[in-house]
Parts: sequence; structure tokens; C-alpha cells
Amino acid sequence: MTYLAKPKLHHPDLHKNALGFTRRDYEGPVSTLCAGCGHDSISAAIVRACFELDLPPHRIAKLSGIGCSSKTPTYFLGASHGFNSVHGRMPSVLTGANLANRDLIYLGVSGDGDSASIGIGQFAHAMRRGVNMVYIVENNGVYGLTKGQFSATSDKGAKSKRGIENSDEAIDLVGMALQLGATFVARSFSGDKGQLVPLIEAALKHQGAAFIDCISPCVAFNNHEGSTKSFDFVREHNEALNVLDVITGRPEIVIDYAPGTVEMVTQHDGSVLRLRKLSPGYDVHDRIGALSYMQERQAAGEMVTGLLYVDPNPRDLHAHLKTVDVPLNELDDAALIPGAKALDAINASLR
Amino acid sequence: MLQQVDRVEGLQRVNDFVVKFANVNGSGSASANALFAKAVLRMGVASTPRNIFPSNIQGLPTWYEVRVSEAGHLGARGGGIDLMAAMNPQTWDDDVKSIVPGGYLFYDSTKPMPRSKFREDIVVLGVPLTEMTNKAYSDPRQRQLFKNIVGLGALATLLDMDVPSIEGLLSEQFKGRQKLIDANFQALHMGIDWVKANMTHPIGLRMCKADTVGDRIFIDGNSAAGLGAVYGGATVCAWYPITPSTSLVEAFTRYATRMRFDKASGKSKVAIVQAEDELASIGMVIGAAWNGSRAFTATSGPGISLMQEFIGLAYFAEIPAVIMDVQRSGPSTGMPTRTQQTDITACAYASHGDTKHVLLIPDDPHECFEFSALSFDLADRLQTPVFVMLDLEIGMNERLCKPFTWDDNRKLDRGKVMTKADLDAGKVFGRYLDVDDDGITYRTYPGTHPTKGAFFTRGTSKDRMARYSEEGSDYQENMDRLLKKHRTAATMVPAAILQKAKAPTKLGAIYYGSTSAPMTEADEILNREQGVELDLLRVRAFPFGAEVANFIAAHDQVFVVEQNRDGQLRSMLINELEIDPKKLTKILHYDGTPITANFISKAIGARLEADKIVPLRKVGS
Repeated sequence: MTYLAKPKLHHPDLHKNALGFTRRDYEGPVSTLCAGCGHDSISAAIVRACFELDLPPHRIAKLSGIGCSSKTPTYFLGASHGFNSVHGRMPSVLTGANLANRDLIYLGVSGDGDSASIGIGQFAHAMRRGVNMVYIVENNGVYGLTKGQFSATSDKGAKSKRGIENSDEAIDLVGMALQLGATFVARSFSGDKGQLVPLIEAALKHQGAAFIDCISPCVAFNNHEGSTKSFDFVREHNEALNVLDVITGRPEIVIDYAPGTVEMVTQHDGSVLRLRKLSPGYDVHDRIGALSYMQERQAAGEMVTGLLYVDPNPRDLHAHLKTVDVPLNELDDAALIPGAKALDAINASLR
Repeated sequence: MLQQVDRVEGLQRVNDFVVKFANVNGSGSASANALFAKAVLRMGVASTPRNIFPSNIQGLPTWYEVRVSEAGHLGARGGGIDLMAAMNPQTWDDDVKSIVPGGYLFYDSTKPMPRSKFREDIVVLGVPLTEMTNKAYSDPRQRQLFKNIVGLGALATLLDMDVPSIEGLLSEQFKGRQKLIDANFQALHMGIDWVKANMTHPIGLRMCKADTVGDRIFIDGNSAAGLGAVYGGATVCAWYPITPSTSLVEAFTRYATRMRFDKASGKSKVAIVQAEDELASIGMVIGAAWNGSRAFTATSGPGISLMQEFIGLAYFAEIPAVIMDVQRSGPSTGMPTRTQQTDITACAYASHGDTKHVLLIPDDPHECFEFSALSFDLADRLQTPVFVMLDLEIGMNERLCKPFTWDDNRKLDRGKVMTKADLDAGKVFGRYLDVDDDGITYRTYPGTHPTKGAFFTRGTSKDRMARYSEEGSDYQENMDRLLKKHRTAATMVPAAILQKAKAPTKLGAIYYGSTSAPMTEADEILNREQGVELDLLRVRAFPFGAEVANFIAAHDQVFVVEQNRDGQLRSMLINELEIDPKKLTKILHYDGTPITANFISKAIGARLEADKIVPLRKVGS
């Protein structure tokens, strides 16, 4: 038995959002992942972000591939439709779902094995097509469910729990997402809720391909000395670029900042991203600059986190395909079937 | 200049012969060849063209074989060629060899050929096509293109074809471009006039007007299936280019772009995505269908192989998905431009685990349209992958068939979908709850209701309420229900079609798809030449309906005629219907060329001889 319902009894004074939902209404059944797993923190961040943005849970579709990370959609947003697809193929299923109904919010959850190894092709093509989605990779550098093999995001030289050194170069999904045209790219850390929640919120409000690589330590197989994805290692080498607040029409708390340290980015849907810069001179709209800065810092042994790149007015796949505004799955027979008369005309042209 | 070695008595046939054009790929011959085939139709005589081509774009040999048959035989006849238009020096020797004794060789006689390049037992018809076009045109491309039309004019005169029919076709083809029409007429008459002035005409092969075509239409199966998908309500198509299925998606794109255009917004009521591979194609189809769109992909054998894991997921997660498989030969370089029926078992049992799928098997473009449109209803109704099994022979060749029909009262059957109103009315929703006892359960589309009807889609680890479960009893209950659903499917798919022999017989033949036309002709030959009475059953779908088991039970020996090496449908009949294998005799054709009437009649005839089975009706009685 691997299904545990959470008690439905809530504290009567729990805070409600604009839709009248409490945060508990955005949760799912009890997680079956290891106690202390970074992935559960990401699930909690997703719950909080959706709650704070007043998103109707049923208007979110959550999709995943296979692996520890891909199990997590069961554990949040219990009132949303979910789809645990096959290994490495979440992006195509999400793309198809998005084509069918452009009005839902698509949340794709994947892992480093699921996206950087078996699914690297689908990851890449979903990014370059500009599918309107939030794509989160819960990146722990290791295969958890099969007990501790290196994944393709493991750093060269990193040591496994059994002391084996990884000799392969790491794939950097953030670098790929930037290069392939994702219009929102961020990296975060499951242990930094303050950074992660607003990033997920901003990504949910983004109207294009939003990618978040979230380092999420595996407490069972990759949290030891010698690992470059452990809680301790990430905390020591984390260089945050900026601090993000997402403003969606609620009264703003005004704080004075020194000039040049704050940038307001208005996204296509009207949401405003307030970026407090921690790295002076970093331009969050410069794709090439983002790539080179990230690689420079990586060479220096640091891991850059925060919002790395955003295009506030992206064109998504539907814009490229020029599909109608109404979701395709709502078109009725009259809109779809050309009818007998049109068929007779075709017959006539074939004689 | 002219080498007419015509001391031979040529074949004498009216409206019943096979013409083959040997061409060079990319030389512009295709449209002149198609004109020839259509002109035959305009004369009221059935003509069936076949493209025979290598996997190549330019420079290699291609052939275009046209069967002219007033009797209406649309399948390949087999045997030699009655008239060969040998326009390709590369293949000359083999082309000349393939002519039947007394047959005709039509060629460009501009350059003299040694006598050894001909045969003594055929009629040689030399026309100086290059010489004529070089004189008339200065532009090399014009010389090339009009040479084909000059040739058509010459051939038409030799065969006594109706020139106004050809002119009518040219006028339609270049409608609104009078200069082009004039130029083509000029070339056509150049050929006509030369033959009239220099040759005995018509030859022994002749056309005369008849009235056997009726209101039938002339179209390839891929185009028909693409059009069927528009009428079937497909809104999402995800695909990856692969011969011979590419033209199906191209046709869908052509029709949908026009017929699903929203004038008010200038936008489209369809999404067509060329995916990065077949895995992504089927993934997108599954995602779209899960979300309530009608979605399909078109592919061929290698694509089917790549889609296996996803097909299994769609089966177990019970997601409608339409897969149009235009069958060809082989993996890798394979024989992508040759026809076969080799994906039957690969599709019927696609994927890991215990899976069985629904197959629809059309036999001509009319059925390609019908089954394509129907496949979306069945996929929604059964919430499972549905395969439409075409092959290159049907898919990529134009074929005469009944006109398409559509009943404007027909509604798209979206199957068991629970709506917001249903949920509000308090209907119990369990995604895998078999409330109607037919194995088919209710689903909801994502985003339907704020608090009810959401579920999690996954493979097999679930209970009937779609909650995660690894309990053996939950798994087994689900598997048994899926089997029940498969039995339900057998009652919904198109039934096999029976064609009874004139006299009672204990011999039967089962066949499907593109074997259909040559099979019915072979039956006529067997009856005429050997007095064999054969009941015919054309299987049109899997799972098999009760009529298939009944047919086999009613006969002592049943020939199963297929275009694959292993008798794939035969294996399925044995496997699914518990048939004694001895009862089912394999008649197999698998060299990549379409099966022919001659092949089938000879193979069955030989088996009957070998088995010494005496037909019920005696020869000559």
C-alpha cells in the first residue's frame, strides 16, 4: 500500500485566499518519499505558490515522467488532473495537452535522469517550441529509485555514496534552456524556500516556456561529503543573483531601495516581478550574458541561483501555430466537420 | 531514325491491358503519366496506376504502371507488361525483358539503337521525341517537360485514345493560365501529328469509350485518410516524416488549413506539429487526447516500433489515440518505398505487458476515408489506441473508388465523458469504475470542475478510483476489465465482409487491405480456369467479430492471403479464435511489390492440386 490520504480536518482559522481556499486545499496525499527529501520542499513551494497566486487548482494540469521527482505531483494539488507519463517523455505529453487546451496552466515536473538523460531530446524540443508551461527539474544528481547511480547532471569528480568518482562531464540544463530559447530561466535550491516560492510564482505567471532547475539534495544517496549536490555543498557555493517578489495586483509593501538595485519587470499577463539585484550589472534580459556569467561563476566553483533570464513578452507555441483563441478541445461538431456539401465538392474535383 | 521492327503480330486487346512507363526520377514524367491514367478514366474505363519508385529524389529509375481494365479490376494483374514506354536507358534491358510476347515497346528513337537491344517477339514503336522537342524548344527545362507531353500525344494516338479527354484534363490542370494550356496542347498535337503521319495506328492495344467508371472518384488512400481525419474531428496532429505516411499528413494539412480556417480571426482550428521523433509524436497525441482533443499521428513500421512504450501507456491509462500506419518494408534503410502488410501483429499487440489493440483495415481510398473518420469515434468510445492500417499500395497510389459520403446528422461520438453538470448532479465518478459492465469507464477532461472529478493518470499501479495502488487484486481486476473492453470493441468495429461463391463450398479465403482487389480477381480466375468455388471473407478489423470464427468453422480449408512472410493475420486467427492451424493455409507474398491476381490464383490453384482437394463443382460441368 503506497497511498496515504491526509486528514481532511483543517484548523478553522486557516488563512484563505481570494478563492476561499486554504493552503491545505492545494495539497495532495502524504508523500512517500524519504523523510527530508528535497523534493518534498519543492512540492511545498508549489503548494504555496499556487495558493498565494489564488490559482483555481482544477485549472492546473500537472504532468511528470518517471523517477522520484516525477512521483511528487501525486503529493500536491490533489484537486488537479495529473499525469504520470513514461520516462523522459513528459514534455511531449504536456505539449499535446497544451495544444488541446491553451487555457489551463501546465506544470511539468521532472528530474535530472528524466530530463538530462533519457528525456534530453524532448526537454530540448519543448524549450525550443516555446510551450507555455512551468518546467521544474528537481535536480539531485542521482538516480534515487534505482539506488544511487550517477545522473547526467552529476558534476565531474563528484563522489557517489560508495566512493566512486564520476568521470563524465555534467549536463547543465539551465545552459541548454537558455541556448534553446526558453523565455524564463531560473535556478534555485530546495532548501531556500524564500527564493524558490517567488520563482515558481513568476514562472506560473509567465506566458511561455519557463524552466526552473531546482537543486534538490537526495538525503538517501547524494548528501554526503564529496557530493556537489548535498545540502552543505549547495549552501556553501550558492551565489544568489537577485531576490524576487511577484506582485499580482495586491497592495504593494513599499520599501526604499538604493537606486539601480531594483528592477520592475511587467510580464505579459500584467504580473510584476520586482527584482532586487544582488549582483550589480547583471542584466536579466541578456540571454548571452546570462550564459557566460553562469559559466564564469561555475568555473570559479560557484553555483548561480535566482532568475537568470526573462523575456516578459514571449511568443508561445500557439502563437507560432496561429491556433484559434478558444481551446481546441471546446470546438463543437459544427466548427470541426466541413459537412456533406464540402465533401461533394471534393468528390467532384476527383473525377 | 525510325526503327520499327514490327513484323510481329502484336497483341489485340481493347480496354484491357497493362502499360508501364519507365522513367528517370525528377524528370517531370509523373504529371504526364497521371494524365494518361486519368484520360483512360475519362473514357469511362477503369485505370489503376501504381508508382514503383526507389528511395531517392532525383536521377534513379521510377516506373508508373497503369492497369487498364474495362472489367473493373483494380488490383495488380501480375505477369508481363503489354506496352512498355521505355524512357530510361538505365533500365532498358530489364524493361524490354518484362514485355509479354506480342507486346509493344514504345521508345524515343532519336538516337539509333543497336538491333541487339530489341526483341524479335515484340512490336517496336519508335518515336523521335527528343528530336521533335529539341527542334521546337530552346529552353532545356521546356524540352524535358514537353517531351513527356509529346510522348503522351503519340501514345494516345497509337492506343486510339480520346484526345478531347486529354485536352480537357490539361485545361483543368492549368485553369486560368491560358499560355500554359496552349503550350501543352501544342506539344500534345506534335506527338499526335507525328504518329498520324509516320506510323500505322492504332496498334493492337486499343481504347474505346465505355461507361464503367460511373460516379466513382480517383484518389490515393493517404489523401483520403487525411481528409477522413478532418471529418473525424481531429484537432491535433503530431507526426514525424517517414515514407510512405508523409503524404497522409500533408493531405491532412492541406485540407485542414482550408476547411478549419477561422475567417473572423484569421486563425486555425487545428494544431499540426512536426515532432522531433515518433516518440514525441505519439506523446503529443496522448497528451492532447487526454485533454479532450481528437488527436492522431501517421507513421510507418519503424515509427510504430519507436512508439511502443507510449502505446502501452495509452492502453493501460485508457487514452484515445489514433495511429495511422502506412505499412512498408523493413527497418533502417529498409525498403521504404515498397509495400507490405508486415505491421499487423506489431500493432495488434504493441507494447510490453498484456496488451491488445483495435485495428481498422481499409481496402481502398473510400474505406481509408471512412475508417479514418470512424477511428476517432472508436478511440473516444473505447478510450484506447486505434490503428488504421494502410499500406503503401493503398496509401500512395491513386485508385478508383466510391465517392465519399457524409451524413450531416452524424455527430462525433465523444464516448463516456463526465461533464461539470454530471458531477454537480451528484453522479459518482471513479475513473476506472465499470458502471455499465462493458469494460468502458467514464473519464473527465482536466479543468472540468473546481472540486470534483480530478484524477491522476498513470500506468497499471492504480485502483478503480485511480488512486495509486500496487495491490495484486487491483491490478488483476483492471486487467480483466481491459479484456472485457476488448470484447466490447469486437462488437463495435466494422464487421468482416462475406462474398459467397456461386455454389456451396467448403473452401474459403480470408484476406484484408490491399489484397482485396487482386483477391477478388484471383477468385474469378480460379473459378474460370479451375472451376474452384471459394467463399471470400474480407477482414476489416481486429478484434475479430463472431462472423470470422463462424466463417472458419463453416469451411474445411481456409486460405489466408497476406503480404508478409509469417502469416501474421493467420497467427492472430489461431491465437485469438483457437483455430486448428492445419485448417488455415498460408498464401503469402512478401517481395515488396503488391500482391497480384495471377500470384494468388496460381498459389491457391497449386495448393489445391497438391492437396488433391476436389472442388465441389466439377470442371466443365
